[in-house]
Amino acid sequence: MKTASFKTKVLTANRLTDGISVWLGADGEWVVSLRDAFLARHEDAVAAIEAAGRQALADNRVVDVNVIEIEETESGPRPFRLRERIRAQGPSIDYAPASAARVSQAA
Amino acid sequence: MYRYDEFDHAFVAARVSQFSDQVERRLSGDISEDAFKPLRLMNGVYLQLHAYMLRVAVPYGTLNGRQMRKLAHIARVYDRGYGHFTTRQNIQYNWPALSDMPAILNELAEVEMHAIQTSGNCIRNVTADHFAGAAADEVADPRPYAEILRQWSSVHPEFSFLPRKFKIAVTGSDRDRAAIQVHDIGLQLKKDDQGRLGFAVWIGGGQGRTPILAKKVKDFLPEADLLTYTTAIMRVYNLHGRRDNKYKARIKILVHETGVEKLSQEIEAEWLHLKDGELKLPAADIAAINAYFAPPELAARAEGWGELAAWKKSDPGFASWVGRNVAPHRHPDYAMVTISLKPIGGIPGDASADQMDAVAKLAEEFGHDEIRVTHEQNLVLPHVALADLEPLYRALLADGLATANAGLITDIIACPGLDYCALANARSIPVAQEISNRFGDLKRQADIGDLKIKISGCINACGHHHVGHIGILGVEKKGAELYQISLGGSGDENASIGEIIGRGFEPDRITDAIETIVDTYLANRTGADEIFIECYRRIGAEPFKTALYSSEAEAA
Repeated sequence: MKTASFKTKVLTANRLTDGISVWLGADGEWVVSLRDAFLARHEDAVAAIEAAGRQALADNRVVDVNVIEIEETESGPRPFRLRERIRAQGPSIDYAPASAARVSQAA
Repeated sequence: MYRYDEFDHAFVAARVSQFSDQVERRLSGDISEDAFKPLRLMNGVYLQLHAYMLRVAVPYGTLNGRQMRKLAHIARVYDRGYGHFTTRQNIQYNWPALSDMPAILNELAEVEMHAIQTSGNCIRNVTADHFAGAAADEVADPRPYAEILRQWSSVHPEFSFLPRKFKIAVTGSDRDRAAIQVHDIGLQLKKDDQGRLGFAVWIGGGQGRTPILAKKVKDFLPEADLLTYTTAIMRVYNLHGRRDNKYKARIKILVHETGVEKLSQEIEAEWLHLKDGELKLPAADIAAINAYFAPPELAARAEGWGELAAWKKSDPGFASWVGRNVAPHRHPDYAMVTISLKPIGGIPGDASADQMDAVAKLAEEFGHDEIRVTHEQNLVLPHVALADLEPLYRALLADGLATANAGLITDIIACPGLDYCALANARSIPVAQEISNRFGDLKRQADIGDLKIKISGCINACGHHHVGHIGILGVEKKGAELYQISLGGSGDENASIGEIIGRGFEPDRITDAIETIVDTYLANRTGADEIFIECYRRIGAEPFKTALYSSEAEAA
């Protein structure tokens, strides 16, 4: 049950094969955009995503699994911590002079 | 430069094969992340915020064109088209896939490179003066000794699981360009009264959360005793270094807690058992390694003197670049060229694959196929004829590599910070970019003169902020970034640790604060020949504190 002090949470990790940041989606798949993440709005949902994280770690699909707190905004979920905002949005700098990005969408 | 012998080739090939097998087993789920993590770290593979990171060793910062081309190729094929040169003279790739690591390491092995011991509690890549083998003021080339240390320390069974990581730096002249006093062991090549070559030995320097300058434990160590004495230091550290607390595990803490006199006695006692043993370096072995580093044959190119003067007269941009980025070579017809990786508003230390290819080509064309990586995150062509400076400059200009700012306020060291690093608390790169843009006008920079700004995004101090004339440390306070300024640090032969000047500044105020500090320096210096650090040492922190904080105090 959602209480006044409860903060919405999402599950995040890095994909094992390429290390790319991912979030757990509503269909149980790992997605590369925080906007598509499943929002855990009460304790039972948090317990469920934590269990999903443990399983994904055990299945060697992801590493560095963490539950993080976000606020729900009109433009989508926004992590409270800057570190997680940067993980979600990518480096805050114009970093790739000649991007040869090979980011695939599948976990 | 050093060429792999059969042993080196076999050793690196075996390691690539071993790690490839480990990666394969990890990807197929045969080994867990807990089991795999120490294995990947031993091979330079980290996990950062957005992806894996691969740190490739560049021993003592020395590369040839073929190797640089390979680094460009890896950036292009396996990463996102760029790499980041680090304060440890290495290169990091920010986006490689784990599944590509075996292929990348195989490609590196083709050009005698690897990523071994770029992480973990072992002896890390040995660093050296980036002007080694070329500088006019050099006593001897430090690279052969760094290479001897590299060979000895590679998978050394006794020193592969130290209390903490261990960094050794070697410099070849009185002028310290390798920051030896902030290393676990610092070695300064020198000659004794009889002209014999040896080292002054310093131990226990380091930055991180407890910055401490090294203490000298030997004024002159004969070169033959390099490994016997280093082994004695390592044994004493390995035995007594703390393993109960990683923040107190570096040798600097052991030196600090034990006292340098007592620790020196223990090192000497250990050395007694070792000094005439098998690690004593035979003169023939030293000579054999030195032969690998024989300087290139530099033909007389006296025509460059007149040409250089004429070019400087006709092109102020070229003259500025020569004034800042070209340094005296031991051969009067040649020069050492710093290729700035600090374009105005750019990311310190980043180079695109195309730029790496360009540097490789220019090194082959104009620089006797030698390239150096500096701990200040620039590149160097150490042997360029004065007569070739102008065409070299034109080519660098075309590739965005001719920024005339070596040693100036925009030649900023910055760690990757929170834009990439999992350990960081705050961003470093955007701070560096904003300062660079603010002071980007070349005339203004030249008026300010030598000034080293160094920025770290956390207390681990990869951006060397403790030894910046102006150091900036990013911290997280109440969920937001805050930047703490220290003044008066220096990483050269007159090393000092900067002093924190006062409370920190928010991201939108840090550049203004730096400008206030610079203006205070300009108002107080005795003249243009009194550089920032000298002025600070003369007048102290107070004028800077007053300028930064007095208006706030009055308002309060």
